[in-house]
Amino acid sequence: MSVKYTEDHEWIKVDGDIGTVGISPYAAKALGDVVYVELPEIGREVAKGDEAAVVESVKAASEVYAPVGGEVTEVNEKLEDAPETVNASADGDGWFLKMKIADAGELDALMDEAAYKTYCDGL
Amino acid sequence: MSELLKTKLHAKHVELYAKMVPFAGYDMPVQYPMGVMKEHLHTREKAGLFDVSHMGQCFIFADDGTFETAAKALERLVPADIQSLQPGQQRYSQLLNDEGGILDDLMISRLGFEGHTHKLYLVVNAGCKADDFMHLATYMPPGITIDVADDTLSLIALQGPKAVDVLSQFNPAVKDLTFMTSIDVPLTPTIWCHVSRSGYTGEDGYEISIKHDDVEELTELLLKNDDVEMIGLGARDSLRLEAGLCLYGHDIDTSVSPIEAGLFWSVQKHRRSADAGYKGAARVAADIADKSTKRLVGIQPEGRAPAREHTEIQDMDGNTIGEITSGGFGPTAGAPVAMGYVARKFTKAGTPVQLIVRGKPRAATVATMPFAPHRYYRG
Repeated sequence: MSVKYTEDHEWIKVDGDIGTVGISPYAAKALGDVVYVELPEIGREVAKGDEAAVVESVKAASEVYAPVGGEVTEVNEKLEDAPETVNASADGDGWFLKMKIADAGELDALMDEAAYKTYCDGL
Repeated sequence: MSELLKTKLHAKHVELYAKMVPFAGYDMPVQYPMGVMKEHLHTREKAGLFDVSHMGQCFIFADDGTFETAAKALERLVPADIQSLQPGQQRYSQLLNDEGGILDDLMISRLGFEGHTHKLYLVVNAGCKADDFMHLATYMPPGITIDVADDTLSLIALQGPKAVDVLSQFNPAVKDLTFMTSIDVPLTPTIWCHVSRSGYTGEDGYEISIKHDDVEELTELLLKNDDVEMIGLGARDSLRLEAGLCLYGHDIDTSVSPIEAGLFWSVQKHRRSADAGYKGAARVAADIADKSTKRLVGIQPEGRAPAREHTEIQDMDGNTIGEITSGGFGPTAGAPVAMGYVARKFTKAGTPVQLIVRGKPRAATVATMPFAPHRYYRG
C-alpha cells in the first residue's frame, strides 16, 4: 500500500484499485480548527483536480481536490459530527473519502512521502 | 504595495510565534499557536489581550476651553448626543455622510481627568482613520483642534471575565468603573493610562490607551498572569460576531444608514428628528419612520455548515431577499453564526430563510442577536 501526495496537500493511500483520500497534517495545521466538512455523494465521478470536498475552519472554507480521477465509493461520515478529527488525525481517522481509481497511471505524477516532505520544507 | 506598518508590539507578536497578516495597512497577528478556536474560548472563560494599536486615536477640543463648544462641533457629524456626556462617559456612534451612509463607526469619550474634561477622545477603525481625520478636519468649525495621537499612543484591550481581577491588581480604581466609562490612572508607578471599561467582544473588559514607550512593558506585565493570553484578530472577529457587533467594511459601510444597521439604540432620543442638525439626519429620521427597505439581522444556519460573507439569502420561495455580511463558526455558540441584511418583512426572529451555500439551499432562521450573551459590567 503506497501513499502519494499532491501539491495542494491532499494524500491518497492506494490499496488495489481503491484510493483513500485526505489532507496532510501540514494542511490541517495550516487551516486551523476544522469546524465543518462537506463530503461528496457516493457514486460521483470526479476527474483529477476536481473539487471533491470542502473543509472549513473557523475563518475560511477551502476546497479538497481529487488527487486522481475516479468514482467516490465511500465517505467518512464520522466527520459530519466530529470535524475536529481532521485536526487530530489528518493522515488517519480524519480521511475524507474512498474512490475507485479510474487510471492508476495518474498516480505516477504525484509525490511520494519523501518528495512531499521536501516540498513542504520549501514552503 | 507599500511597506506594512508595525505596531509597537510587532516584535512581541513575532516572538510569541503569531501568524502575521496584512490588515488595514498593518502587519497584524491573526492568531497565535493556540489557534482561533482556543483563543476565542480563552477570552470568554478567562482574559484575552489584544493589540489594537492599528486603530486611530485622536482628541478634539475647543480653543475657548469649553466642553460645550467641542461637543457641539462633533455633534454636526455623528447621530449620538455628545453634549450630555459626563466626564469619563463614553458612547458608541458613527460618522455619517450627507446621505446618512456610515463613513465609520467609533467610540467617543469625554475625558474625566481634572483639567481635561473639556476634551473628547475618539477611537476609530484602522482602515478608515486617514479618511476620518480628513473628514473631521474638513467639517469641524474654526476654533476646534483635532489632535491625532497615532504617533504617541498605542491601544490594547483586555477582555473576558478575569479582566477585572487582572487589571485591578495594577490599580484597584479600575474595579469600580462601569461599562462605557473611563478614567486616567497609573497602572504602575511610572505608567499612566486612559482606561475605559469597554471593548468589542461582548465580554466585560477594558481598553487601555497607553504611550508607545510603555506598551511593551505593560503587555509583559499583563502576560505574567496565568489567566491572560495574547489573542489575534481571527478570534477578535469571531468574538464580535457572536456578540452581534458590526464590523466596518463588512456589516456597515456608506451604503447603509445606522437604522438599517440596527444601530437605532445608539441614536439618543432627541437626535432622531430630521432637523437634529448633523450630516445624514434626514436619512436617519426617514429610516426611523419605517422607510428603510432592509435591516441587519442575525442569521442562524441550521446544521454545521457556516455561511460566509456574500452568501445569498432567499425566502422559502427562492426569491433573493438579502446577503450575509459576516458569517462563520461561533466557538461559544458551538454552531455557525452569521449576520446579514434582509428585506424588511423578513426581519422577525424565527422567520425561516434559505442560504445558498456552494449552489445549494440550506435552511436557516432569522435570529435574535447576540449569539453569546453580553456580559458587560453595569455596576
